[in-house]
Amino acid sequence: MRDITLGQFFPADSLLHRLDPRVKIVLLIAYIVLIFYTGNILSLLFIALTVLAIVLLSAVPLRMYLKSLKVIIIIVLITSVLNLFYGTGEAIFQWGIIRVTWGGIRNAVFVSVRIICLILLSSALTFTTSPTDLTDAIERLLSPLAFLHVPVHEIAMMMTIALRFVPTLLEETDKIMAAQKARGADMESGSFLHRVRALVPVLVPLFVSAFRRAYELAVAMECRCYQGGDGRTRMKQLKLCSRDFVAMAVTLAAIAVMVLLNTLVTL
Amino acid sequence: MSILSVENLSYTYSAGTPYEHTAVDQVSFSIERGEFVGVIGHTGSGKSTLVQMLNGLIRPSSGRVLLDGADIWSKPKDIRKIRFRVGLVFQYPEYQLFEETVYKDIAFGPMNKGLSESEIMLRVEDAARFVGLSRSLLQKSPFDLSGGEKRRAAIAGVLAMDPDVLILDEPTAGLDPVGRDLLLSQIYRYHQTRGNTVLLVSHSMEDVASVSDRVMVMDHSHLRMFDTTEAVFSRGEELRAMGLSIPQVTAVLDTLIDAGVPLSKGVFTVERAVLEITEYMKKEGRL
Repeated sequence: MRDITLGQFFPADSLLHRLDPRVKIVLLIAYIVLIFYTGNILSLLFIALTVLAIVLLSAVPLRMYLKSLKVIIIIVLITSVLNLFYGTGEAIFQWGIIRVTWGGIRNAVFVSVRIICLILLSSALTFTTSPTDLTDAIERLLSPLAFLHVPVHEIAMMMTIALRFVPTLLEETDKIMAAQKARGADMESGSFLHRVRALVPVLVPLFVSAFRRAYELAVAMECRCYQGGDGRTRMKQLKLCSRDFVAMAVTLAAIAVMVLLNTLVTL
Repeated sequence: MSILSVENLSYTYSAGTPYEHTAVDQVSFSIERGEFVGVIGHTGSGKSTLVQMLNGLIRPSSGRVLLDGADIWSKPKDIRKIRFRVGLVFQYPEYQLFEETVYKDIAFGPMNKGLSESEIMLRVEDAARFVGLSRSLLQKSPFDLSGGEKRRAAIAGVLAMDPDVLILDEPTAGLDPVGRDLLLSQIYRYHQTRGNTVLLVSHSMEDVASVSDRVMVMDHSHLRMFDTTEAVFSRGEELRAMGLSIPQVTAVLDTLIDAGVPLSKGVFTVERAVLEITEYMKKEGRL
């Protein structure tokens, strides 16, 4: 149970960890656009190297990235195999209905590199940013929507609370499972139906305690006169500093290089 | 042969990550059949991890747990059988109640053990009696009970499995003094009647002192002391250095000893203390 890490924050001290979370989110979106903007092999190579550089900058062990890649490797394989066989153009290899073309190979490479880059980049964000920083940044980035009467603060507060309680509930699940196992509950063997039924002794206490916690938290918040976002100040002020501007400048340079590669080179 | 013994037991959480933490470090001890052992230690000293290794909920990183001389992990597939022999009551066990009625909840353990209906009924009623739950409560929903009753029901759920070794992790946490004394006396009576081996984990020295034959002291993942209750509480200075207190009456006597009154060390019951002091006063001719 402990292996399920939502948020996956990996504490370390790197440039990426210290960047303003708002900047990180915006830059992530920029890079994602760039990944799909790749028009030729050279620009694909460029973006792949950029992503690799970001991964190395994050000071998070590569093993952690491999772990997050492991989850999607099947998707990568299936999409690239499909692309491989459905390419158009002249066949370089044919065996029955299986027909491989240069176009197909090209598509397969593009698709898999793009997916891998996407996962690596978003992992880099979640590894280097704590969940609270992340929701904080999302709240700030969405704050213009408040003019449209979108309850931005409330949404962010709910996200923060939800994220805050993920580890708590996981821990609770662990404890309850241990307690039921101590009473001889069998959760590891048996048919599918048996296993589903074996979850009842875990889920019932879990829901009971989740509701109890929600109630207690609501009371505690009301006791401290919480009434939404109006007029609230924050403990951690987000402030852009020089490294954030450097990161943005580097990204702008990367965008420029990509435009050049895409327009000048044809491969 | 001792019923439960461990050899060089260690456990490390999240090995290989920045959160790595050794909770239990090279612990060895053995417990005789029918003993009542108190386990004390500061929060985070490794008590809870240790007891979870004793019934096979946590597999040790290294070292062995021997139940009746046999390694409990010799057949990992049969680890569930160990849990019927070593019953573990968790901290705040009332949060594990889930059935529609108290009866069914207490019956969960015996049912998992595969006992017959009639046997289960006997076990449930027996267990309920030991913890002082009246029969009328058995058909109620566990969520309608009071806090103290929930705790009793949850403990009964483990007693009903009739384990050879019963481990209770902070069973009195959060109870009022009356409820605490009552529960302790019920656990003690259970131990006396059944002759089971009991491990009582607690950070309350009074709790442990009043019922234990021997006391185990955990500190910073290590087993620091394992001796008779008297011997352990006569080392008040060391206990205090570990952030543990000693029973109040022991502290009072220690102060007297320090002031030059020749009393014996490690007295932990009020009765013994009264006896010691009156004897001393008689000798001095003041009584």
